Amino acid sequence: MAKPKLKYNSILQREVKSRFIKDKIFSGIVITLSLITISPIVLIILKLIAKGYKQINLSFFTETAPNTFQAMEAINSGNVIPGGILNGITGSLFMVFLASIMAIPIGLLVGIFLYENGTKRYANIVKDITDILQGVPSIVLGLISYFWVVKFITNGFSAMAGSFALFIMMLPLIIRSTEETLKMVPDTIKEAGFALGVPYHKIILRVLIPTGLSGLITGILLSISRIIGETAPLMLTALGSMSVNFDISKPTSAIPLLIWQFYNDPNMVDLIWSSSLLLMFFVLALNLISKQIISKRNK
Amino acid sequence: MIDELNIQEKDAVLDIKNLSVAYSKGKYAVTNVSAQVKRNKVTAIMGPSGCGKSTILRAINKMHDLYPNIETEGQVFLNGVDTSSMSTIMLRRKIGMVFQRPNPFPTMSISDNVIAGYKLNGIKLKKFEREEIVKKSLQDVTLWEEVKDSLNKKGTFLSGGQQQRLCIARALAFQPDVILLDEPTSALDPVATKKIEELLIALKEHYTILLVTHNMSQAARISDYSMFMYLGELVEYGKSKEMFINPKDKRTDEYLTGKFS
Amino acid sequence: MKWNVEKTTKTLLFAASLVIIIIASGMVLSLMNGSIPAFKEFGLKFIISTEWNPTEGNEHYGALPFIVGTILTSVIAIIICIPLAFSTSLFISELYRGTKVASIIGTMVDMLAGIPSIVYGLWGFYVLRPWIIDLGFNSQGYGIFTAGLILAIMVIPYATSISTEIMLMVSNDLKEAAYSLGATRREVIFNVLIPNARSGIFTSFILAFGRALGETMAVTMLIGNANIIPKGIFDTGNTMASIIANQFGEADGLKLSSLIAIGLLLFVMTGLINGLGKFIIKKL
Repeated sequence: MAKPKLKYNSILQREVKSRFIKDKIFSGIVITLSLITISPIVLIILKLIAKGYKQINLSFFTETAPNTFQAMEAINSGNVIPGGILNGITGSLFMVFLASIMAIPIGLLVGIFLYENGTKRYANIVKDITDILQGVPSIVLGLISYFWVVKFITNGFSAMAGSFALFIMMLPLIIRSTEETLKMVPDTIKEAGFALGVPYHKIILRVLIPTGLSGLITGILLSISRIIGETAPLMLTALGSMSVNFDISKPTSAIPLLIWQFYNDPNMVDLIWSSSLLLMFFVLALNLISKQIISKRNK
Repeated sequence: MIDELNIQEKDAVLDIKNLSVAYSKGKYAVTNVSAQVKRNKVTAIMGPSGCGKSTILRAINKMHDLYPNIETEGQVFLNGVDTSSMSTIMLRRKIGMVFQRPNPFPTMSISDNVIAGYKLNGIKLKKFEREEIVKKSLQDVTLWEEVKDSLNKKGTFLSGGQQQRLCIARALAFQPDVILLDEPTSALDPVATKKIEELLIALKEHYTILLVTHNMSQAARISDYSMFMYLGELVEYGKSKEMFINPKDKRTDEYLTGKFS
Repeated sequence: MKWNVEKTTKTLLFAASLVIIIIASGMVLSLMNGSIPAFKEFGLKFIISTEWNPTEGNEHYGALPFIVGTILTSVIAIIICIPLAFSTSLFISELYRGTKVASIIGTMVDMLAGIPSIVYGLWGFYVLRPWIIDLGFNSQGYGIFTAGLILAIMVIPYATSISTEIMLMVSNDLKEAAYSLGATRREVIFNVLIPNARSGIFTSFILAFGRALGETMAVTMLIGNANIIPKGIFDTGNTMASIIANQFGEADGLKLSSLIAIGLLLFVMTGLINGLGKFIIKKL
């Protein structure tokens, strides 16, 4: 075990400096590109606030959208466009509510089913199909809801059709988050329940769901934040409406649908910013609340 | 303490002076440790878990630099040179390290694992140089006969003990002055452990070995010198034979007699 | 007969799982059923025909311009996405791992993922498009490149969060082993991190590509909606999702069936891409 002389000492010495420089340059590039990546969030929010804050007032929340003539007159006389987006706000909330009361129970049940039967072949197929559903473009979900609901159930564009498209979108999100959350519940807690002779359905209701509650709520909030901004499927299903509507068989507006409508109408175009600002507020609030719940739980 | 050990300046490969390490502001894992490590000997650092023994080891090759929250005070001299004046590249080439769990690179072949230091440092080796280093390093860890026919296979099929010897070979390939081992056998079975212990005794002929161990009988079996650490403090440092028979500090005595662990 | 709660619970769970099967298979059947007239009329040529002519009596529909537009915009998006998402994942999982900065950047990435497509579209229309015009790429600012750019911004957060997770999974032991041999951070990233996280990082881009294929609103607002095969990346075009969104309202008969057929093709394309991604992830 003689120790041979190392022949490469001098080469190393020479290269050390250049290697540190390369490392610094690389880090610099990574940091720069990361800052570029996140810059749009700052730019977008600033733009929305700068252009949208003027329109945010009480009537923005309490009145329905103006028609194009009212908007034109206001612009010509240099006033703020009258009216608000109440029909959009109520429509969005209404359809998200309808989608939620369908998606949450079914999603939870399927999530529990997958958790309980995780290793079985059929459950794996359901899991794969859930993944496929999650990847289906939202416009295709709009097509499906058009066929099933617009054509066969409500015989016309409707809140029901819009919320059905949102429901299919929400379902896989809730299923996967339920399954992931339940997986984090320690087996011992469940076994302790079984050891006491507690029946199966009570284990689910009294043990699994309460233990994973914060995770389940987070999953629901995040899935709502994902669907609340959807536009494309609603264009094929809910269509839009100028008035507040709570009839599930009638066409209904939504904030993103109104934005699309304003965008296409030169007289109303000023309203896009305030509407987008409100929509972003909903989405970010839901995101931040769920982050808060997660970080609280992790503590 | 230095006098008791009778380490001459030229015998000390490592000279640790007033070393303190804090994992976050004010929370010290190691406080004011000074010690010299003698050349061509096996020195063991013992102590209960959380006593800071791994922290000292990692301070020697500046692993703490990777974590911005960790603060290190004091100095470490390698062959009389202050390591704070050395680049991490040069320092770590001169100080090899072996970790608690065997960690060969799973994406590299056995032979590439041995010369991983060269590859990572961007040093081009000629074919005969590479073969020489691989063979020599694997022979040093008595792994050559076992793997010579599968040098180009990934190392993941090897047993835990073989993997750990491969990791030692990887550290030896650079011919370092010191080898740091952080509880190298804690994940291994007794047979593999024995092999590694024999290997370390053989290696001290050419290398200085600093070994962190949780296992005091291991320290007694293979070390020439022992440090006992407790709550971040270096309690006692001396010749292993003397320390195990006749510890000077009450805490060392209590640890060695199993009053706490 | 005593009502068996245990059994009812199990049946209920099983019944819920059937809903998924029914929705998914119903979806496939409905899309196929709806596209029968188009495929009957044009055969498989529907896929390779470039004509989109709604004139009555002379109706002819082909999907190729939209397939090309979809793939082109998504490819551009992924090319832009790769360096940015990769760097951001490194930033969070390696350079600033565990620090406050990393968590702020991570939160901002999550916020980007939450922005609705239509808001991206507006921002692209009013901010990005004028830049494209100023840079002189084309006079209107619409086109394949502009749409690809906005798609990139939209899918980057998606790719970033998957890549970050994968990179965080690479064992610290391996990286420390490389550092202990004297490697610099860059060398550890290229020699240890990337080889060990390779397939996961690759998958994150596949899944991001699948996401880009189906995006609708932002693309519709920026691509220029020309039903032809684009001649270059600054030319206008249309994607499969945006032709459906644009023309669905006024469509019936053969045209409606053609749009549904495009929807079916889009469904198959995204399904294949996502399936590939999930397949690789499962093998990890």
